[in-house]
Amino acid sequence: MTDATGPDKFDAPTPDNAMRMADKTNGPMLSADGTPLKKSLAKALRMQKIRALALIAPLLIFVLVSFILPIGDMLFRSVENQIVSDTMPRATEALEEWDGAGTPPEAVYEGAYYDLFFAAEQRIHTRLGSRLNYEQTGASSMFRRSGRGLDDIGELYRDQFEDLDENWDEAMPWAELMGDPEWIAEQSEWQEGDSQPEFTLREGIADILPKTAEQYENFALFQQDEEENSPLEEEPWSAVHTALYQDLAANDLSSYSGPRADMLIAADELVASPDFESLTFQQGFEEIDEDWVDPEIWRTIKLYSPDYTSGYFLNSVDMELTPDGVQPRPENERIYIMLFQRTLFMSLMITFSCILLAYPVAYLLSNLPARSANLLMILVLLPFWTSLLVRTSAWKVMLQQQGVINDVLVWIGLVADDSRLTMINNQFGTIVAMTHILLPFMILPMYSVMSTIPPTYVRAAKSLGATNWTTFWRVYFPQSIPGIGAGSILVFILSIGYYITPEIVGGNTGTFISNRIAYHISSSLNWGLAAALGAILLAVVLILYWAYDRIVGIDNVKLG
Amino acid sequence: MKLTKTLLASTALTVAAGAVAAQDMADSMTIVSWGGAYQRSQDEAYVKPYLEEHPEVSVSWDESSNEAVARLRAMNEAGNVTWDLVDVVAADAIRLCDEGLAMEYDPDELLAEGDDGTSAEDDFGDLIVSDCYIPQIVYSTTVGYRTDLVGDTPPSDICAIFDLETYPGMRSLERRPINNMEWALYCDGVAKDEIYDVLETPEGQDQALAKLDTIKDNVVWWSAGADTPQLLADGEVIMGSTYNGRLFSLIVEQDQPVDMLWDMQVFDLDGWIIPAGLSDEALARVKDFLYFATDTQRLADQAAYISYGPARESSAPLVGQHAELGIDMAPHMPTDPANAGNTLLYNYEFWADYRDDIDAKFQSWLAQ
Repeated sequence: MTDATGPDKFDAPTPDNAMRMADKTNGPMLSADGTPLKKSLAKALRMQKIRALALIAPLLIFVLVSFILPIGDMLFRSVENQIVSDTMPRATEALEEWDGAGTPPEAVYEGAYYDLFFAAEQRIHTRLGSRLNYEQTGASSMFRRSGRGLDDIGELYRDQFEDLDENWDEAMPWAELMGDPEWIAEQSEWQEGDSQPEFTLREGIADILPKTAEQYENFALFQQDEEENSPLEEEPWSAVHTALYQDLAANDLSSYSGPRADMLIAADELVASPDFESLTFQQGFEEIDEDWVDPEIWRTIKLYSPDYTSGYFLNSVDMELTPDGVQPRPENERIYIMLFQRTLFMSLMITFSCILLAYPVAYLLSNLPARSANLLMILVLLPFWTSLLVRTSAWKVMLQQQGVINDVLVWIGLVADDSRLTMINNQFGTIVAMTHILLPFMILPMYSVMSTIPPTYVRAAKSLGATNWTTFWRVYFPQSIPGIGAGSILVFILSIGYYITPEIVGGNTGTFISNRIAYHISSSLNWGLAAALGAILLAVVLILYWAYDRIVGIDNVKLG
Repeated sequence: MKLTKTLLASTALTVAAGAVAAQDMADSMTIVSWGGAYQRSQDEAYVKPYLEEHPEVSVSWDESSNEAVARLRAMNEAGNVTWDLVDVVAADAIRLCDEGLAMEYDPDELLAEGDDGTSAEDDFGDLIVSDCYIPQIVYSTTVGYRTDLVGDTPPSDICAIFDLETYPGMRSLERRPINNMEWALYCDGVAKDEIYDVLETPEGQDQALAKLDTIKDNVVWWSAGADTPQLLADGEVIMGSTYNGRLFSLIVEQDQPVDMLWDMQVFDLDGWIIPAGLSDEALARVKDFLYFATDTQRLADQAAYISYGPARESSAPLVGQHAELGIDMAPHMPTDPANAGNTLLYNYEFWADYRDDIDAKFQSWLAQ
């Protein structure tokens, strides 16, 4: 009998005879195509792994992009603070030298002038104002006003230069004075729509007019990149004139002999003459707003000049960053610690009331005959399918003073008409409404665990002489604990972050920390503080989860 | 060459005049508003008429105005602004402008002249409270009361809120410091024009909170505009603050036993902002729409659907009758001279600065 398919009829190794073959030949095990078996196996496994990874890749990428990254980005905002040093680089650098006593030195005002001028051109100075207003009341309008007022400082100089020579308010003479001749030639051929030749300073100009060169370059690049205008056609900002005044006052330019020499030398003489009007940057700021001379605002800017700040986290635990170190907030502004405590307390209350209410329901569900159990299940799920807002508003109708429950109590004479119970717009209302809303999250895991408990155990216990109570407490209850654990974790974590229901029925004593987070996200726009509060909440949940794992054991949790 | 230039110039002129070749404009627009009766009034008064003139355009509404500031900021950070025109209250407009999320505009260039020939800038006057803001209506926050629950002498001034002896019972106030602090100081004897000077100081803030403290146990704090009308209708409170349009609909349209006070009503504005960073086509469409939607007649038309005063001075004489009930709307306008005897203009700059600070104190006081 020929057995062509028998394993020993093949010359090359097959999975069946490879071991024997290997023993025979004493060489490395080879696979069918002659490569060593180890290598071939590893290759097959790697292919499998890659295939598996490719299969879960959509989910992995989805979770990463839509969940982990945004949360990380949001949490990062709780410490991020680059806006101050990005918007006011010169001023924050100058402030480092300042010890915080008295008004800051002129260098700070000078830096702040150029910084804010440029920021106002980009229209971002008000953004910094809003940021600083979280730390110091009044900063918002100060920055808004200053954006308009800063022009006055430069116009003082521009008007005087212009009176001397109209060319000082023209685009082309400035460009010839400051720009590289080759660049001017290229730029003058530029047409709208093309990309512009990048502005370059004329050689040597930065040595004789350092500040003017810096400001003009800022101006020219801003016109090219942001406004898409040609610097050859735009009159420079008044900050350039201010810088010119500073340079002319500091350096003697009577020997200058470049382009536009007559214009520059005349201006130099004008600045040197006693009639030339000037004012210090500090005076300029004082004219815009007196608060700029108050060291307070500068202390705040200095305090928040680092790129990362602990300020938001301190705020969210009722502390504040002050020049004298970290201090508790004034008593009448403390709120967050109390809200965290209240959130924890109420979430625990809700969890316990859910356990109490859900346990008997889940028990019934798992022990009734299938037909009645199904009906009961529908009753449990029905509110689950109703809109959250409808359910919450329904509680309002039930619980309010002119509501159903109070009316019934008054009607049967339990409560006098003029002393109706207050059951809503307080903690009680929130706990009742949220217990109702979260109840299915407790019932369902309990039910799925209870339905796996074999009824034979209970019968066995009873046949061995246990009373009903002992049977329940010693035999049934311990087996249902994983369901309680799973339900409690679900309900607790859901309730700790709830905010719609407390907002509607919570009044002043029934609101959660999440209501404040929502307020800071959507109303005050203080996303940094909201992120810090959220990060603390997340940390609290993780700590509680860890504690639960240590005490009860997370293996004990079953969803089914 | 010269011809093209002339053509370009004349196109620019027609853009300014509000009639431009349709191919330059986007043919869909996403308008953000508040939903409910207010959005309906906008739809009837100028969106539908605009669509009749421009059948190629489609408008979709997004009812997100109450979270517009946060949503716009998030969209802007994501670099994908999907809204074309956003309806916000003035305080939000100021913040959006500060944050660089709204576009600055020139009233005389973008908006139509009044029908009496006044320039748009003069016609809107002081109501353009921010360089980005195009006001539509003036509304006010004021107090309504149950006529059957306040006894024989119905309240006649705002301080009835604080008068627990004459008017025992619950009242509803908004769960934020704005308006409540002003009323508290006013009823504590501070002269009207000194309210904001006093409120600037910590002592003034404490004074206002102390006044509010006298009624704290008798207040239901509301957060949605519909709360007070519901509380009044159910008899949960005997009086409460809300927007005058809500009270109008409760009193006139739903015929509830409620009446309202105009005393010390706090004027506030609602209007448009254009989000920063729109594409050229979208911007052209929005400008064309705005030119139409904010002219004298259109703003006066809106008052036929809701009892808010038009923001243009020239619209006031054109305010007619309620679209369904046929009653004269002028006596229900917060800006009507008979109603505007004693009013307070919400101080935007003050609240932009002090909002965070005072809100912290207010919330902490509430929670105690």
